[in-house]
Amino acid sequence: MKLLTHNLLSLHVRGVGPRGFPLRLQATEVCINPVEFNPDILMHMIPKVEWVALLEAADPLNLVEVTKGLIEGHEHDENLLRQMHHVLLEVDVLEGTLQCPESGRLFPISHGIPNMLLSDEETET
Amino acid sequence: MALSCSLNRYLLLMAQEHLEFRLPEIKSLLSLFGGQFISSQETYGKSPFWILSIPSEDIARNLMKRTVCAKSIFELWGHGKSPEELYNSLKNYPVEKMVPFLHSDSTYKIKIHTFNKTLTQEEKVKRIDALAFLPFEGKVNLKKPQHIFSILEDYGLDPNCIPENPHNIYFGRWIADGQRELIESYSVKKRHFIGNTSMDAGLSFIMANHGKVKENDIVFDPFVGTGGLLIASAHFGAYVYGTDIDYNTVHGLGKASRKNQKWRGPDENIRANLRQYGLEKYYLDVLVSDASKPSWRKGTYFDAIITDPPYGIRESTRRTGSQKEIPKGMEKCPESHVPVSLSYHLSDMFFDLLNFAAETLVLGGRLVYWLPVYTPEYTEEMVPWHPCLKLISNCEQKLSSHTSRRLITMEKVKKFENRDQYSHLLSDHFLPYQGHNSFREKYFSGVTKRIAKEEKSSQE
Repeated sequence: MKLLTHNLLSLHVRGVGPRGFPLRLQATEVCINPVEFNPDILMHMIPKVEWVALLEAADPLNLVEVTKGLIEGHEHDENLLRQMHHVLLEVDVLEGTLQCPESGRLFPISHGIPNMLLSDEETET
Repeated sequence: MALSCSLNRYLLLMAQEHLEFRLPEIKSLLSLFGGQFISSQETYGKSPFWILSIPSEDIARNLMKRTVCAKSIFELWGHGKSPEELYNSLKNYPVEKMVPFLHSDSTYKIKIHTFNKTLTQEEKVKRIDALAFLPFEGKVNLKKPQHIFSILEDYGLDPNCIPENPHNIYFGRWIADGQRELIESYSVKKRHFIGNTSMDAGLSFIMANHGKVKENDIVFDPFVGTGGLLIASAHFGAYVYGTDIDYNTVHGLGKASRKNQKWRGPDENIRANLRQYGLEKYYLDVLVSDASKPSWRKGTYFDAIITDPPYGIRESTRRTGSQKEIPKGMEKCPESHVPVSLSYHLSDMFFDLLNFAAETLVLGGRLVYWLPVYTPEYTEEMVPWHPCLKLISNCEQKLSSHTSRRLITMEKVKKFENRDQYSHLLSDHFLPYQGHNSFREKYFSGVTKRIAKEEKSSQE
């Protein structure tokens, strides 16, 4: 699971408020998967990113430093874009868990794939 | 018309497959590349010859880099119902538009393409010789010509009634071929990881084209299965996300779908599939998730949602639910850690899908999906709709004598306000489709067979 994906995931369960975001990421195995650098897709994604959540997720992984917010003119700064590229697209969480900040519910990540299925109790229909 | 003066006329040679899907494909691609669909013919019907007005050759070339429905495109120099009409029309074509391709230091060849008839070599030569009045000054080069010209003759669509003379004759300069070869190179037969319901390669590309997928888009498939639809989008340069409720499929575990192979191999998964085609860089992620309870946060926007929801024939329709609702003896899946899955009514599934698309698509983004229908009961009102989504096209593919699936393309035209506002509004609009909750029963019931039998006997 890429950190970009983590940044877009949230939990909507009835009874759990809007604070199902960001999910707390616990990574036990992380790998770096090189991905071809493409500034255009980054420019497309960066406006969607919630920075605080990204920083929180990236911090314990001891990656390169992530800029503390969206810098004006980032589209002209290739170094910054390469940093973002690395953090958003190349860092791959293989094993670990995602935890809902409100309900404490754990979602396992295995072989790089998060399992977001809810258990019976949380599923009210 | 003032407009048609500034536009050049092009002849599209269409493939005679998936006929209903062709017009929406060409329209979608033209609008993607900044052209507008302007035709000089009322309707194209089933003919393989389409005349289009396109603002520039660049747009025509871009169109051909994407289409799997068209074989070739030509700059149309002349057209007639008889050889004389064609020659007259060629004489009226501005010489200054011909000369750049005919000058003395260029090389060229002339090809003949006939539809519904085969010509002898002698007849072909005669037709080429008859064009001697055109100011050809270059040298003929059959192997590597700079310019290729084509005479195209249309002998109609009925193979049992081939006319002596063609209905239409066209002459034009070849510009580009379409992407028909993708159908072969992406064939499911040669794909590493497939499932029971993997989409035919040609239709996957048609879906991506109907969805106006373009470079650097983010495309999502909420019923991803083995990811065949993501491959088509990634081929066109889009980055892809997928989810599926089936843990085993997403992880590439369990029984193989291929004959002569019992279990899936260790590297059969969506990522490896993209890798097989050199498209791994477009892989974002896949998740195990329930399409009825999406886990994307607010502000996640997709440029297109392209999907083939399960209809309960070869893959079951499921969603997670409470144990209380589940009858005993449902299948259990230990790895997925959530053992329950409810059967998912088709109308609810499409309700959820449209609502999800209305909320998460960018404005102008498209939803492309298949809707299964029981044809004797089908009416257009049954196609689910949403106030934020505009129906763009609706094409039928027959599955059996009484069932078919329709490829529905919708475009988000209005901002999504809030979920509750649409909840009851929607349920009313989905009523007409509710009969299709029993699509599976109808598909399998003897009713289908009985009706077919009755029809047969009434014909005799």
